[in-house]
Amino acid sequence: MSVLKATNVTKRFGDFVALNGVDLEVNQGEIYGFIGPNGAGKSTTIRILLGILKATSGDAKIFGLDVWKDAVEIHKRLAYVPGDVNLWPNLTGGEVIDLFVKLRGGNNKNKREELIEKFDLDPTKKCGTYSKGNRQKVALVSAFASDADLYILDEPTSGLDPLMENVFQQCVTEAKQEGKSILLSSHILSEVEKLCDRVGIIRQGEIIESGTLNELRHLTRMNLFVETRQPITRVAELNGVHNIEEKDNGLSFQVDTESLDRVIQHVSQFEVVKLESAPPTLEDLFMRHYESSQSGVGGRD
Amino acid sequence: MAKDSYESTGRLVRFILRRDRIRILVWILSIALVTFATAFAFGDLYQTEGEREAIAMTMKNPAMEAMLGPAYGIDNLTIGSMMAHEMLLFTAVAVGIMSILLVIRHTRLDEEEGRTEMIRALPAGRLSNLTSTIIVLIGVNLLLALVIGFGLYAFQIESMDFQGSLLYGLTIGCAGIMFTALTAIFAQITNSSRGAMSFSFATLIITYLVRAIGDISNETLSLLSPLGWILRTEVYVANYWWPVWLSIGVSVLFIFLAFYLNSIRDLGVGLLPAKSGKSHASRLLLSPLGLALRIQRTAIISWAIGMFLLGASYGSILGEMEMFMEEVEIIKQMLSAMTGVSITDQFIAMIMSIMSMLATVPPIVFLYKLKGEEKRNRTEHLLSRVVSRYKLLGSYVVVSVIAGFLMLSLTAIGLWAAGDAAVEGGLSFWDTYQAGIIYFPAMAMMIGLGVLFLGVLPKWTGFTWIYLTFTFFVVYLGELLKFPDWVSNMSPFHHIPQMPMEDINYTHISIMLVIAFVLCIVGFIGYRKRDVEG
Repeated sequence: MSVLKATNVTKRFGDFVALNGVDLEVNQGEIYGFIGPNGAGKSTTIRILLGILKATSGDAKIFGLDVWKDAVEIHKRLAYVPGDVNLWPNLTGGEVIDLFVKLRGGNNKNKREELIEKFDLDPTKKCGTYSKGNRQKVALVSAFASDADLYILDEPTSGLDPLMENVFQQCVTEAKQEGKSILLSSHILSEVEKLCDRVGIIRQGEIIESGTLNELRHLTRMNLFVETRQPITRVAELNGVHNIEEKDNGLSFQVDTESLDRVIQHVSQFEVVKLESAPPTLEDLFMRHYESSQSGVGGRD
Repeated sequence: MAKDSYESTGRLVRFILRRDRIRILVWILSIALVTFATAFAFGDLYQTEGEREAIAMTMKNPAMEAMLGPAYGIDNLTIGSMMAHEMLLFTAVAVGIMSILLVIRHTRLDEEEGRTEMIRALPAGRLSNLTSTIIVLIGVNLLLALVIGFGLYAFQIESMDFQGSLLYGLTIGCAGIMFTALTAIFAQITNSSRGAMSFSFATLIITYLVRAIGDISNETLSLLSPLGWILRTEVYVANYWWPVWLSIGVSVLFIFLAFYLNSIRDLGVGLLPAKSGKSHASRLLLSPLGLALRIQRTAIISWAIGMFLLGASYGSILGEMEMFMEEVEIIKQMLSAMTGVSITDQFIAMIMSIMSMLATVPPIVFLYKLKGEEKRNRTEHLLSRVVSRYKLLGSYVVVSVIAGFLMLSLTAIGLWAAGDAAVEGGLSFWDTYQAGIIYFPAMAMMIGLGVLFLGVLPKWTGFTWIYLTFTFFVVYLGELLKFPDWVSNMSPFHHIPQMPMEDINYTHISIMLVIAFVLCIVGFIGYRKRDVEG
């Protein structure tokens, strides 16, 4: 069942097209990773989903309600953590958390104290004295202390230390186990890879790839490292082999998923001593799209 | 080591000038142009001896002295001394405000935003930032002084000679340098740009009030205030230079103190300790309205105290004014014959017309806080929760309207409380209060205009300030400079009956309230429909 569904959402700021026909779907109980380079339109998409910006055209629904018209109704069951958390310098962290939790309507005292302790936050300090990471903690504690069905997290860990990032990942996993849905926009690809069930890649305002990580991997290449007794010949002539590099007495290269069988047969002729294969990392995926976007820039602009 | 502290100062000076070239130009031009326009207007007016005598009488009025400084050169009133009396103090206050804003922008604010840190990581000295800021500000104030000095002389108005004009300019420049130095100190003591700002403005207001009370009661008191000193130059009459030297000397001492304080503190903290606060919010905070009130609490209280004191300071001179008016038989007859009401009543009406516009500043500030919140990405915290746009904007409108009502009331109550004690026979509370609160519809219209801009044209909110400044000039200088009727009619404040002199005009008032209401509704609809930045 889809909790969040955006169809063909377009947003223009004057002549500038920030989003061009974005489709996005987050299902109940899943963690959806939303990735893309800076300025690709992640935050714009999220602000449209929150009803803060109005889409120029297209249709976006959360819980089956229109994100613009029914924003307030939707927000009763939604929690949001912005990437750049600005708080009121003269209020304390504790006061802000109470305010935020109250404005959502829930009130879970135990959860609040537990999270403050987990995230190691001093709630008596004025927000003006907090570092970026501490301001982010305030937003995270407020979000996870309230009982939401959908969490929208916009680069929530960019200022956190590895320890706190771990706490964050626990929180997200717990929420998922409780059947909640999460839209996680992130730059930290290892985090997305670890947490997310499905991923969407946005580039220059368009979703260029989406699906489960496995599906996406099929679209791309396997990393192989082969060591053989006899020197391997004619690999480069095979279809679907890329980035051949000689190292450590062997060959490392990438193979298109559909060519894998043929390539393995070819390689096996040379008496294989060692064969290592690794699925492409999200970073490979991302870099591949990112690089092609850079080479394609001239054509687009 | 000592020399290292000032490394790269020259480069930072150029950097500040590059960042603020437009800002600085606008400040200098607007202050200089208003000065020139007034001088030019004065040149044409009051040609006859009789007219000047009448003006001399009003200048000697204690209320005017409290507002503008002591009158001098009354026996042989010239355009020059009239102009100086009318404009010098206000221009000095404007230059003070300019200096405070610029200093804080380049010291505490840059520090808060983390920009100073990046500069300090470069081969720049520990004191370079403060030094370059002060150098720029001294330069700006000196330039302004010379532009005004030579500019006024260039008009070739008979009584405005070279020495006087130069002194006029330098007096203003000195005021700017004095507030540069004071603000530089507060920027070291406090923990935030907000703190530095409130300390600096509080000092500006206190020096103004101390001088006002001193000028009508005890001159020694005036000499405790830097704003009191600068009026002792008696520009265009005696041309005393000692206030200039005194101001410069004290400023230099203050600047050294600022440097010392800067050198003994860490980046990003102040000398006053930061207190830790509550770990839980009080129930009062837990709503958009509660938040709107809480984040502006200090500002609301300070404005409230300020308006009450301002009202009270005018009230306290009502008695002396009445005595003074008794002595000047001609004015008494002139005024009384004209309207058939007492001089005190007329004075109350006049004061209220000016104070009402001043009292409109805080409600607009409180309303526009919402725009500042949007710019700092803080409205998204609320709008992404169960808070509708109407509720969010509504909270700020409620704060604005209630604060406006409070400001007008406190001004009137202050005037009444002090006036009742000062005037023989006392004042009627209700009449005095009515004379102030009657301006509420005009204030509501300005708030409505603010809501309209906030909702429909958020980029043009600054227009409200221009419009309010215009209405101020219409009332403040309109009579003096003899503006045509249609100009005066463009100000909502002009349509409010001057009570207790005039009767209530319910039609005007109702129309204004209706306009205010309609403006608000359009603004609310616009705010519901537009994109919010953050």
